[in-house]
Amino acid sequence: MVGILEDKDRIFLNLYGLQDWGLDGAKKRGAWNGTKDMLDAGRDWIIAEGKASGLRGRGGAGFPTALKWSFMPKEVKDRPHYLLVNADESEPGTCKDREIMRHDPHLLIEGCLLASFAMQAHTAYIYIRGEYVYEREILEAAIKQAYEAKLIGKNNVHGWDFDLHVSHGAGAYICGEETAQIESLEGKKGQPRMKPPFPANSGLYGCPTTVNNVESIAVMPTILRRGAAWFAGIGRPNNVGTKIFCISGHVNKPCNVEEAMSIPLKQLLEDHCGGVRGGWSNLKAVIPGGSSVRMLTAEMAEDVLMDFDALSALKSGLGTAGVIVMDKSTDLVAAIARLAYFYKHESCGQCTPCREGTGWMWRVLERMVKGQAEHREIDLLLQVSQQIEGHTICALGDAAAWPIQGLIWHFRGEIEAKIDAYRANKPHVMGVSLAAE
Amino acid sequence: MSVRRLAPDNIQPASFEWSKASLEKVAFWLAKYPEGRQRSAVIPLLWLAQKQERWVSRPALEKIAEQLSMPYMRVYEVVTFYTMFHLAPVGKHHLQVCGTTPCMLRGSGELIKICKNRIGEHHHVTEDGLLSWEEMECLGACTNAPVVMIHDYYHEDLDPASFEKLIDDLAADKEVVPASAIGRQKSAPIGGPTTLQDAKLYDGSLAKKIKIPNLPAKG
Repeated sequence: MVGILEDKDRIFLNLYGLQDWGLDGAKKRGAWNGTKDMLDAGRDWIIAEGKASGLRGRGGAGFPTALKWSFMPKEVKDRPHYLLVNADESEPGTCKDREIMRHDPHLLIEGCLLASFAMQAHTAYIYIRGEYVYEREILEAAIKQAYEAKLIGKNNVHGWDFDLHVSHGAGAYICGEETAQIESLEGKKGQPRMKPPFPANSGLYGCPTTVNNVESIAVMPTILRRGAAWFAGIGRPNNVGTKIFCISGHVNKPCNVEEAMSIPLKQLLEDHCGGVRGGWSNLKAVIPGGSSVRMLTAEMAEDVLMDFDALSALKSGLGTAGVIVMDKSTDLVAAIARLAYFYKHESCGQCTPCREGTGWMWRVLERMVKGQAEHREIDLLLQVSQQIEGHTICALGDAAAWPIQGLIWHFRGEIEAKIDAYRANKPHVMGVSLAAE
Repeated sequence: MSVRRLAPDNIQPASFEWSKASLEKVAFWLAKYPEGRQRSAVIPLLWLAQKQERWVSRPALEKIAEQLSMPYMRVYEVVTFYTMFHLAPVGKHHLQVCGTTPCMLRGSGELIKICKNRIGEHHHVTEDGLLSWEEMECLGACTNAPVVMIHDYYHEDLDPASFEKLIDDLAADKEVVPASAIGRQKSAPIGGPTTLQDAKLYDGSLAKKIKIPNLPAKG
């Protein structure tokens, strides 16, 4: 057997689109089975089972999903409750929600019904990124099927009136941040809001709202069908369940795969991805959780487990589980400079440290790629990154700083070598002007 | 931050009208949001305007502002903030090449070079009006890198040869079919999945009536 997880324990049975995504196919694979019984058991039962399962949010932060649900007001007063499903998957290295939406949309729709019921919401929105046009079309078609089969909608067979709508963005990474997403859904620029108030008190249209990632919502029906203990028994304590890993970059067979949480990184790459290009010894670095986490060196990658706690112990993170593999041919400075450009491009411009800092860091890194920098600018860059981190409304500032910190911590020598190589051919290099402009 | 401005006055059209097909879609989108929250539809409506005209002009902004009872400035803010909106005309076939690190590691730099050679600088429209290109930030299909989006759909697992062929077809105004250039099954490993082999998952046994575990006692 390859990997750790057995086929019988997988949730996304149509991950590769070999089967029918439609309602009939989904039902045959177990979707919508026993949903009414779950709703009849009541919202407290759903939340209790969700908590007992140990599911931590799959969108990056890893906050326990059902605990988040329990923050919603206990009673619906003058304002309706909303569920907002975050399908703005834009984190470089991540492409898992896409597979759920185009190949297993009914698990997501069923999850939306269950989660909305648990939070007493009669309306849910799925906010999908603008680029996922095909995925949006499939999702709309699947929702139509669910309405026609009376699984959702007014007077549906489950006895909880529920409307589900798809809305979309138009190319802004920041709209994956929950409050920016709410702003965007309200028809504004996607600029994050200050918290508090938290969305559970004042979210979409000023009403109590919970924002959850697609994968977090889509795994819930199967967890309830099979029992919290089943899910909690996979992986290791505090890091349980199954997880879709997206492996890209320098492996022989890049792919998405659903595996057990806490699978060793090396096993993940060797069993499912045909190993690192040129063999394990050709590995240089891995970004294990989407671009916003600090990279790992090959030594660290040797025995690390792919879960929240193991990766944060190495000052990296599981994030979205988008694993970007880089072999020895990689120019790491250029790879991180490209990420720095990404964050510069995607900064919403609201907070000065991020708006100015992301561009500043990118420009310095672009010079470093060519070696046209001073050695002392490496420390300056590190210092600036630490001044951005934690000083912005949302986490984009942190996300922009961490990849650069990872580069400097682990591969400072690469930057120094570039500077030295640039200088080697010149008899006298006077100090280039500090700062980027 | 991306600083974007509308196209200069001399290329702005005099007016904008929805086509009949677009109008139906406008109604579809407006119905999704609660009474009094119609401005939630601003992104979908701008997108529809772009689908209709290939770009978003100032008269289109004014039309949408009026329709959604929004100040023009608020629509302007939205259209300049979201980078998928083309603020000036693009070619009939606009190539959107993902350039972020996962695609870069798999050779998107080569694809960008090809674009520069064959089409010109980004957003330059060829004389016949057929081709233009731009570099995109992560398109979210990293396991199938490098990826190029054409007419809203993804062409995956490209290499310089398959990309040149795509451009040949587009330059000849031929239709192109979105797919993996190496014929791979979606995001499964090359050569076929390593998982999901158990036939019992698909024989319908999972659809049989089940007893949900841990249900609370009735009463």
